[in-house]
Amino acid sequence: MSAAPMDDSASGSGLRDDLAKTIDRVFETHCARPVRESAEGGQWPAGLWAALEEVGLPLAALPESAGGSDLAFDDAMFALRRTAYHGAPVPLAETMLAGRLLVAAGLKVPAGAITVAPVAVREALRIEGGKLSGNASRVPWGDLCGHVLVAAESGGKEVVALVSTEGASSGVEKNLAGEPRAALRFDATAVIASAPLENASFRLAAEGALYRSVQMAGALERVLEYALAYANERVQFGRPIGKFQAIQHLLAVLAGHAAAASAAAEAAVEASAAAPDEIMVAVAKSRCGEAAGKGAEIAHQVHGAMGFTREHNLHYVTRRLWSWRDEFGNETHWQTRLGRRVASMGADALWPMLTGR
Amino acid sequence: MHQFSFEPVSFPPAAEALRGEVRAFIAEEVANGTFTPSKNSWSSFDAGFSKKCGERGYIGMVWPKKYGGHERTALERYVMTEEMLAGGAPVGGHWVADRQSGNQILKNGSERARATILPKICSGECYFAIGMSEPDSGSDLAAVRTRAVKAEGGWKISGTKVWTSNAHRSHYLIALVRTAPKEEDRHAGLTQFIIDLSHPGVTVRPIYNLYGGHDFNETVFDEYFVADDMVMGGVGQGWKMVTGELAFERSGPDRFLSTYQLLAQSIRELGAEPDDRAANEIGRFVAHLATLRRMSSSIAGQLQKGAQPAVEAALVKDIGTTFEREIPETFRHLIPTEPTLGRSESYSELLGMTMLRAPGFTIRGGTREILRGIIARGLGLR
Repeated sequence: MSAAPMDDSASGSGLRDDLAKTIDRVFETHCARPVRESAEGGQWPAGLWAALEEVGLPLAALPESAGGSDLAFDDAMFALRRTAYHGAPVPLAETMLAGRLLVAAGLKVPAGAITVAPVAVREALRIEGGKLSGNASRVPWGDLCGHVLVAAESGGKEVVALVSTEGASSGVEKNLAGEPRAALRFDATAVIASAPLENASFRLAAEGALYRSVQMAGALERVLEYALAYANERVQFGRPIGKFQAIQHLLAVLAGHAAAASAAAEAAVEASAAAPDEIMVAVAKSRCGEAAGKGAEIAHQVHGAMGFTREHNLHYVTRRLWSWRDEFGNETHWQTRLGRRVASMGADALWPMLTGR
Repeated sequence: MHQFSFEPVSFPPAAEALRGEVRAFIAEEVANGTFTPSKNSWSSFDAGFSKKCGERGYIGMVWPKKYGGHERTALERYVMTEEMLAGGAPVGGHWVADRQSGNQILKNGSERARATILPKICSGECYFAIGMSEPDSGSDLAAVRTRAVKAEGGWKISGTKVWTSNAHRSHYLIALVRTAPKEEDRHAGLTQFIIDLSHPGVTVRPIYNLYGGHDFNETVFDEYFVADDMVMGGVGQGWKMVTGELAFERSGPDRFLSTYQLLAQSIRELGAEPDDRAANEIGRFVAHLATLRRMSSSIAGQLQKGAQPAVEAALVKDIGTTFEREIPETFRHLIPTEPTLGRSESYSELLGMTMLRAPGFTIRGGTREILRGIIARGLGLR
């Protein structure tokens, strides 16, 4: 796969195998340790991003008219998951998400990386006379992406709007994985395009939670692989530590969390082909978030001191798990929302709800 | 490393139609006062209800019509079982026969065994007990000592089986028995027999459980005769069969819905507007439940295709039973009450009974520790 690889004539597992191989090759070539370290130092990983664009990944799920290749949404999420398996230090999820919302609102998708302003903590973004005002915090790669998609209020309606990030950054923090999370300040900033989108702010939050769930499932797959490999090669007391029952049981629990996260994320993706399914997204973000914490803990315990070093690669995925579980709403946020909904429907409606989707 | 497979399934229209049918049947039975959902679990025995299930075609759903079955799909059967469990139906009489014993007989039994036993299971009038564990052989199943010695036209069986749930009201028991001395391969020399419990020479003694209930038994055989055509599959094939059976035993919705009645009742108790803490816990359980249901139904889909996802089944049972046990432990904090033993239909009694049953969830059908060993083997660690 090279220039125009997302051929929708292929399908099913064949297509996914190809996607995985393509992504693996991109990361092997363009995401060696120095790239990761310089990305954490605030450098934009231009080579990696260019390679991902070359294989058409950021816009793959969009229609051809929007510059995409009509890749099915679940296949696109499979691809995202694989990049998370590699601990990708790029705003791929954010660009995919922004593209999907822009298309949903009937707007044009600009070239390059696009980020989104999370709305978990409601910041009042308003548009008046085509100008955006307000603050957005913790915007992923908000200092390095050319554009940001926001959900805002305009004339009493919820809209999505695309604005340039130029000059908007008022400070950059990092998440635990060393990825930039910028504070953006808009003061009558010119809006490039905007259009009404029903429930825009919730839609953005739910999409974000869905993509983070998929990413956590991918990262957990990698964490399990690392832990198994280490348990098989590290010899203590004359045998690989994986031969000890205590370690075996830890790894069995980790495998359970990885499998559950995977199932929950896939179910949410399946239910969200057109727009996020509120209940299944809540299920996925809750279940994946719990698996992230418990899974990462076990992986580190199994790795001992070696996994605590900068030298080992484990932290590139575990630090992302510890970040992603809190981004776009943590477990408590989504569980409480889900619990309230179930309680208001009543206990007798729970089973029909679970079996009806 | 074993690649865990949880391919999603989509339930065919026939399964969804069946769901509505089963749900209506349960609602009608509850309305008629046949049973009280909150008082039941899948081990609750009710011969009358089992017979009704047989009449409606809810037993032996996937078996051939010529043996009384209904030739429906594994996914339809899955839907029926999860509706029964969520509805709190007393399915304990026929549960084991339908879930595993009948499958074994269909696959490995003689023609006579199939023709005489399966139709009776299907009509809801024939129950089975499991004869795997022994006094000195629980998790270490290959250590069984019950022996069968060849006799004219059959075998004579001697030994003791324990934890034989429902043996005192079952018609048959499938026993794992040693037919050849233990050799280097400890899994060789084991054979499964279908044992008719109606003849003299078998002693069934109750083993009361910790709350005084009688499900378990000790079942003793003294040169008990079993005919050749009640041997399952080939002599010496027992181990392979037992491990195959466990994929059915371990992956179903009975491994995460045992405390569903308490979950539902707790949601009722907490009301339409629970506080943040309660809403958070309800949401967490719903998230786990939705995930488990997807994983478990995936296994039903794999079984339908003829696969034997034993490792996946162990994994579902491990996380499913962990989930079941968290439900009473969490709600006791949210709905402060003193759990109660008694006959009242109160929340505190439901909580109390669930707590007393809970230790069994992570023991029956393979302890959590054994399951984790199986998962570890699947992961390539053993």
